[in-house]
Amino acid sequence: MSTIAEPNKWERLVWPLVAFVVLLGVWHYLVAWSGTKVFPTPAQVERGIVELFHKKVLWPDIANSLRRVAIGFGAAVALGVPLGLSLGWYPAANQVVNPVMQILRPISPIAWIPVAIILFGVGDPAAIFLIFLGAFFPIVVSCVDGVSNVPSVYRRAGRNFGLSPRQLLARVVFPAALPQIIVGLRLALGIAWLVVVAAEMVAVDSGLGYLVIDSRNSGKRYDLVVAAMLMIGVIGLILDIGVRRLERFQSIRWGFRNEF
Amino acid sequence: MTTSETISALPAAGTKLKVENLNIVFTRDGKTTPVLQDINLVVSGGEFVCVVGPSGCGKSTLLNVMGGFLSPTSGSVKIDGEVVRGPDPRRVFVFQERGVFPWLTVEGNIGFGLFKLPAAERKQRVAHYIKMVGLEGFEESYPAELSGGMKQRLEVARALAVNPDMLYLDEPFGALDSITRHIMRGELLSIWEAERKTIVFVTHDIDEAVQMADRVVVLSARPAVVQEIVNIDIPHPRDISSSRYLELRDGILQQIGLACKI
Repeated sequence: MSTIAEPNKWERLVWPLVAFVVLLGVWHYLVAWSGTKVFPTPAQVERGIVELFHKKVLWPDIANSLRRVAIGFGAAVALGVPLGLSLGWYPAANQVVNPVMQILRPISPIAWIPVAIILFGVGDPAAIFLIFLGAFFPIVVSCVDGVSNVPSVYRRAGRNFGLSPRQLLARVVFPAALPQIIVGLRLALGIAWLVVVAAEMVAVDSGLGYLVIDSRNSGKRYDLVVAAMLMIGVIGLILDIGVRRLERFQSIRWGFRNEF
Repeated sequence: MTTSETISALPAAGTKLKVENLNIVFTRDGKTTPVLQDINLVVSGGEFVCVVGPSGCGKSTLLNVMGGFLSPTSGSVKIDGEVVRGPDPRRVFVFQERGVFPWLTVEGNIGFGLFKLPAAERKQRVAHYIKMVGLEGFEESYPAELSGGMKQRLEVARALAVNPDMLYLDEPFGALDSITRHIMRGELLSIWEAERKTIVFVTHDIDEAVQMADRVVVLSARPAVVQEIVNIDIPHPRDISSSRYLELRDGILQQIGLACKI
């Protein structure tokens, strides 16, 4: 009964399942015990999910949320990665830009909502802009750190083999920084998924965030509110698993799990 | 005109590397630290020279200047009569095995410096050096899957693949266990005998230096001066229990100021 031993396959599946069932049980009995008429039981939420599927609103809402994240996150990658690599490559430029970035970075994208609405009006562009902001800074910072943390022994080896600065960036610095960049992308995608829900509550009238707020506003349907929340959680998990798959590529894996 | 012709006619023999009146002074926070003081050294083509000295004396600094990664404060380093101005694929550094690129396979690492060659020739060279360092069967492996000794061999192969005139080795076997280190010394010597590169090898291991080098350059503590240059006049393969070996080793130990008894 060593604790160091790898748990069996069935144990790794069964125990989380038990925890999940216990949680549902606690939830159910807390609702029953408090006698609330507003908050739903797990069974009511399950019926809510079925209802949402039947009303054919769930798929379009999911598609709308994913579309906004794809555009906002995609733009953040397209601009943030080259910017971050450049700033990491030219420390002098980074010294100029870094203070401004460190001030902008801790501002929650939610605080940008009024500004986004002035700039873009109420609608899709405002929501996408907020997602972009949320994802942009973590991506830039992880690229800057990734590049500046490349061990000098790799850069020296590259220079020794007669690489031009551009080749050095493409063949040594970028692949050496990639594991850290991937970590930044994963973090940024998580934030983007958080922000899209908030943005859809104020800026647009579709998407999972809108579904949450609309279910509450139109008749206090808390079964649908919780159903939408669960969908947000599940999709967030799927997105995270997707990015984690990237970490398993052989040419990236060395940067994780103490492999070197 | 005539002298340059005679030099190019004899690429392997004669002077390969010449260090003249070399001084290195580091400046940090307004404080100056002299590291190397008036170093003079001549290395012939095809020679195997070891540099030993107490820890922190500037052995690696000397190698970095020779490799073009560091400019001298005064004096010069010349290779084939030409002043060294920067790193060059004709003289390749081998670090401890941490210099291999973890994102490339064994093949990718060895072929790394061959980007100017046509694909067919590159492939042939990569295969040749994989065989030379005994990494057949690991072509597609990543460094994380290799042992320390295999990574070290990979790094040597990557350096040899670009066909340099010179190899600079900076304590290359320092991170290996003593058995692997022993094997690696033998392998490096047989590679050197086959390819006759000029080798400058920095080590803090005096036994290692006496086992391998034609000459051992003994540096003093910082600021380092060349304390002595010892000719190792034992033919290869060297008997490391012979009296001549022990005599030379003990001589160097005394030079550094270490007793032969622990």
